[in-house]
Amino acid sequence: MGIRVNRRKFLAGTAAVAGVASFPMPAIAQNKPVKIGLLTVKTGPLAAGGVQMEAGVVTLLKQRNYMMAGRKVEFISADTGGNPAGAKTKAQELVERDQVDVILGPLAAFELLAISDYVAESKTPMLSLAAAEDVTQRKPNPYFVRASATSSQAMKPLADYAAKEMKLKTVATISEDFAFGYEQMGGFQQVFEDNGGRVMKKLWPPLVTADYTPYLVQLTGVDAVVQGFAGSNPVKFMKQYSDQGLKLPVLGGETAGDDAQLKSFGDEAIGMISACPYTIDLDTPVNKRFIADFQKEADNLPGFYAAGLYVNGQVVEAALKATGGKTSDRPALIKALRAVQLTETPRGPVKFDHFGNVIGNIFIRRIEKGKDGKLTNRTLKTYTNVGQFWPYEEAKFLAQPVYSRDFPPLKS
Amino acid sequence: MSLWLLLAVNSVTLGGLLFLLSAGFSLIFGLMRIPNLTHGSLFMLGAYFGASFVIRYHLPFWLAAILAGLLVAAFGGLIERFLLRRLAGSEQAQVLVTLGISFMVADFCLMVWTGDPISVATPPGLVGAAHIGALIFPIYRLAIIAIAVVIAAALWLLLDRTRLGAMIRAGVDDPQMARVVGIRVSRLFTIVFCLGAGLAGFAGMMGAPILSVYPGLDADMLPLALVVVILGGAGSLPGSLVGSFIIGFLYNFGQALLPELAYFVLFLPMVLVLVLRPQGLFGRPVT
Repeated sequence: MGIRVNRRKFLAGTAAVAGVASFPMPAIAQNKPVKIGLLTVKTGPLAAGGVQMEAGVVTLLKQRNYMMAGRKVEFISADTGGNPAGAKTKAQELVERDQVDVILGPLAAFELLAISDYVAESKTPMLSLAAAEDVTQRKPNPYFVRASATSSQAMKPLADYAAKEMKLKTVATISEDFAFGYEQMGGFQQVFEDNGGRVMKKLWPPLVTADYTPYLVQLTGVDAVVQGFAGSNPVKFMKQYSDQGLKLPVLGGETAGDDAQLKSFGDEAIGMISACPYTIDLDTPVNKRFIADFQKEADNLPGFYAAGLYVNGQVVEAALKATGGKTSDRPALIKALRAVQLTETPRGPVKFDHFGNVIGNIFIRRIEKGKDGKLTNRTLKTYTNVGQFWPYEEAKFLAQPVYSRDFPPLKS
Repeated sequence: MSLWLLLAVNSVTLGGLLFLLSAGFSLIFGLMRIPNLTHGSLFMLGAYFGASFVIRYHLPFWLAAILAGLLVAAFGGLIERFLLRRLAGSEQAQVLVTLGISFMVADFCLMVWTGDPISVATPPGLVGAAHIGALIFPIYRLAIIAIAVVIAAALWLLLDRTRLGAMIRAGVDDPQMARVVGIRVSRLFTIVFCLGAGLAGFAGMMGAPILSVYPGLDADMLPLALVVVILGGAGSLPGSLVGSFIIGFLYNFGQALLPELAYFVLFLPMVLVLVLRPQGLFGRPVT
């Protein structure tokens, strides 16, 4: 027998609910949501990475039903447009208008440098992928946490692999003419030359280069080519590299062989070796679940940007559990963030040094054609416990200048 | 020695691509007196359309390129007829409109094709490189030179041997007089804008196997078109051709010899031309 609800009962019921709801709620039951802000790029040339970043966070939040440490999560995403002015504007909105507890992002190093001081002054913890080395080294931001890598953190193990396992003796490096390029290649050069190798030439095409041929024709007389292109440049570079008939092996950085971008390459990319803090073929349950849920969210495979933000989200969640869900005490929150140690993340175990930079695994992998005919990365070697100073001592590393166009210098 | 030879040949092939890019820009600039700031976006749009035709609909490369050119030409016609013509007489407003449209086209492309770069396979038959002695030249790039020559010849025939071409040349030389002798200059504008846009779209697909297609392609290519046309002279076909090859050489040798000054080397000639000979190498003297 069904319940007959007549109009009188319905009105009485509604009035009762309204009456109860209007009672002042006791303080214990009141639960303000945790506000997480994301600075990402959804327009312009950096958009591909930015869209991945947002999807990575949303994947985690959906898995957790938008709850962390017993509190609801309110997620606010802001598009900086990929430029420093936009980053500053959106950071101010998140901090002052939306009053977020934590900022995830931004994407690019030049955006991070534009807002770093401001965010530190406002005591808002920031977890970014931007790889600028000095933010956790010579000009450290006390409210900063980086769960991905510095620019050179993945390149130094790559250089070790190149010298010891690939037995390469001479290389030429080519990367964009800006800090990310300098820092990647600098890290590679230092470790490679400490292991008996030698960098014969360093080429720096401008960030915007339509035709790489004037540089490609100079890539001769070496065992291999090391590149650190980012954004859409890796696809253009590899196509022009193979069209020019070059056959030397190519070693790339974390952005050069990003899993999410493999679908854009043609067969010319097969055989490229890259080093990355994340790899899609890491066979762990948490990674498999991440990839499956991400594909539902974004209709695409996750890469370094998506995984980086997912892990950032996990770090925030772990810190919140440690503080009992409290976010009002900011110094305590950043302390908790930097104290996080996780083993179950899509990139494997992570923990942080006293600058807030991650210590984790770096994967050396090669692009191959999978059974389904699509390009995929296959891990060849995993370097564990790689921090930002690996393989050097912190004091010695900090005593040398930050990697630049001329540091380390070419041996004449 | 072989390095310089490689660079020299690549200068010519890059010049060919630049000609395809800037011929349309030059025509529009010469006739309508406006730098069409949508030109880079039209180039990119043609590349995206062409890439979709090839990858999604499996059309042959050349058909995809021509269709892409036609689609972008039609789009250009709409822009001219419904936006630019309403602002006739106010060149500044027209330039700003073309700038605004370029942003809208860029966002549209991002929405439709997402932010990931798209690689377009080199058309079959032109894959690989020609080995001449110890030197290696990608065959497709050599083919671009041939295509540029064909397009240049076709445009020359159009401008020199047809009534439409005569009207265009009259409009470039003296629009007021052209109107006086009965030429419908506003309709001419639409036709030329369509032609320029179509050339840009076609060029985009032609460039796609070399440049790939990605957000930001429009902003990367527009300055090159500007530099070629200012150097060569707006509205002048020989100017576009010569300007393209000069820029091709400056680009290649500048990047190889002075990479830190790459853009300086490219734009310095443009600045010098503007100061010393504002009409460009082959343009009409500025009245």
